[in-house]
Amino acid sequence: MIELSGVTKRYGPNTVVNSVSLTIPGGGVTALVGPNGAGKSSLLSMIGRLLPMDEGEIRVDGLDVSRIAGDVLAKKLSILRQENQVAVRLTVKELVEFGRFPHSRGRLTAEDGRHVEEAIDFLELAEFAGRPIDRLSGGQRQRAFIAMVLCQDTDYVLLDEPLNNLDMRHASQTMGLIRRLATELNKTIVIVLHDINFASYHADRVVAMKDGAIVADGTPREIITGPSMAEIFDLEVPVHSYADRPVAAYFAIGSRHLHGQD
Amino acid sequence: MLVDRWRTALAVRGRGIPDRGRPVLVLVLLGILLAMVTALFMTYDLKGSLDFALELRGRKVGGMLLVGFAVAYAAVLLHTITNNRILTPSLMGFDALFVLIQTGAAFLFGTLAFLAIDVRLRFGIEVGIMLAFAAILYRLLFGGENRDLFLLVLAGIITGTVFSSLTALIMRVLDPNEFLTLQDLLFANFSTVNRDLLLVSAAAVVVIIVATRPLLGQLDAVAIGREHAINLGVNHRAVVRQCLVAIAVLVSVSTALVGPVAFLGLLVSNMAYQLTGTFRHRYTPAAAGMIAAIALIGGQFILQEVFASVVRLSVIISFIGGIYFILLLLREAGR
Repeated sequence: MIELSGVTKRYGPNTVVNSVSLTIPGGGVTALVGPNGAGKSSLLSMIGRLLPMDEGEIRVDGLDVSRIAGDVLAKKLSILRQENQVAVRLTVKELVEFGRFPHSRGRLTAEDGRHVEEAIDFLELAEFAGRPIDRLSGGQRQRAFIAMVLCQDTDYVLLDEPLNNLDMRHASQTMGLIRRLATELNKTIVIVLHDINFASYHADRVVAMKDGAIVADGTPREIITGPSMAEIFDLEVPVHSYADRPVAAYFAIGSRHLHGQD
Repeated sequence: MLVDRWRTALAVRGRGIPDRGRPVLVLVLLGILLAMVTALFMTYDLKGSLDFALELRGRKVGGMLLVGFAVAYAAVLLHTITNNRILTPSLMGFDALFVLIQTGAAFLFGTLAFLAIDVRLRFGIEVGIMLAFAAILYRLLFGGENRDLFLLVLAGIITGTVFSSLTALIMRVLDPNEFLTLQDLLFANFSTVNRDLLLVSAAAVVVIIVATRPLLGQLDAVAIGREHAINLGVNHRAVVRQCLVAIAVLVSVSTALVGPVAFLGLLVSNMAYQLTGTFRHRYTPAAAGMIAAIALIGGQFILQEVFASVVRLSVIISFIGGIYFILLLLREAGR
């Protein structure tokens, strides 16, 4: 269980996360959605102790993330940020192997090797395994980083827009994989998603943020409605239903086809 | 046949990690080369009292080994914690500060009084001031919200320049006799390494190298970037703090022994990365240290025997290092 109480982050006079309290029970996929600058990434970074908070407290399975030893938390919780640059030249395999660092401190065991191989296969990276990551396409690199986090094998996985840079096939496959991590391996996923429709189909719960605060919290069906979309994104979005789930047709806004029918 | 079997053995042990045998091979070769250079330096053209000659040469070799490893370790650690391979501790003003401390002390108390202080105490005080400087750098690096590397580098370069200018100013107002003594003190070359200082320095370097050993594995994670390292459970702040302390001590050691050897660290660390083909700290600091020691001992030998000691080794190092630095910059820009 992840518990946040009164979490606040300020940059000078700007409060980017304003006293957020939230409880995420173990298991399932929780999607963080909201407009740019709503504070989703900052909140996620604070849960993953990449960013110190100014006020409040975050507990993961009862452990205070700002106090607990880093290597203890690293076996429980992993986080993947949006921009991922690596300062040294690594191959895909070397990068993925780093995911085992909390478990083996750099000395890989046979079990570590198995995890690495599984993760590489899962993300269809076998043919690039020996390639330096700076020679991959954006999508391939993104998958390599997801493989690293997967390899870390933690109960809690925090992902900041992992579908960025992925094409349709890889985006849907990756999201499917993330869903399977929750369903089959009972991991707790907290994921920042840009595309509300991925949240609609794959998340169990949608938490919407705006101006540093949580403005909506519920199942996809409760949150992805015309009125609440308008409130969260300041945009009139036509919401349809497909395969028993809401679909926000935001991509059609402004198109002559949408307006031409009136 | 034998090579093939060896390669297979390495491949099995390394579970397919590319070239895991290569860093080991490089380390072994460097070790052999270092032993050969040292043996040559110690035994070439021995005349007169064997005891005296060996003691004198042994002291020189000891000094060069210490300086080599100190400079190399400091450079590799700085590269890793800043995620940047073209910085050197000297670029950050570390050794300029050390020179300023000595010059300032000579000005305030006179070189005689300064030299009269016990070498261990003097060294302790100097290291203390260096550590304070490292603490300030650390605040700049991780104190504020924006951990800006460029700010740190800029601050380092500016403070380095300020230290050098202050040093130059003090030297100008110094009594000429004092100045001469000070100059000897500052540019003590490898030929005149103080014995007590050598022992103190050796102790310091050994302590630092042993103390940083447990860090080496974590430094691999630090090398891939701050956020990844934290995610992987590394206490990034603590590791960086310990590295800066180590750098301050190591630079103090090398500067105290032989004066500023500006580009040596940059030169040998990058050669070590290239030769070993890895960034892993199980190999790079050791490789860089051995390359530095080989360069110093070999260079000193050639200077003595070929150029009859007319040129200073540190001058040649700065010259070659400067050219290498420019090449590095050009290559980084091209990437």
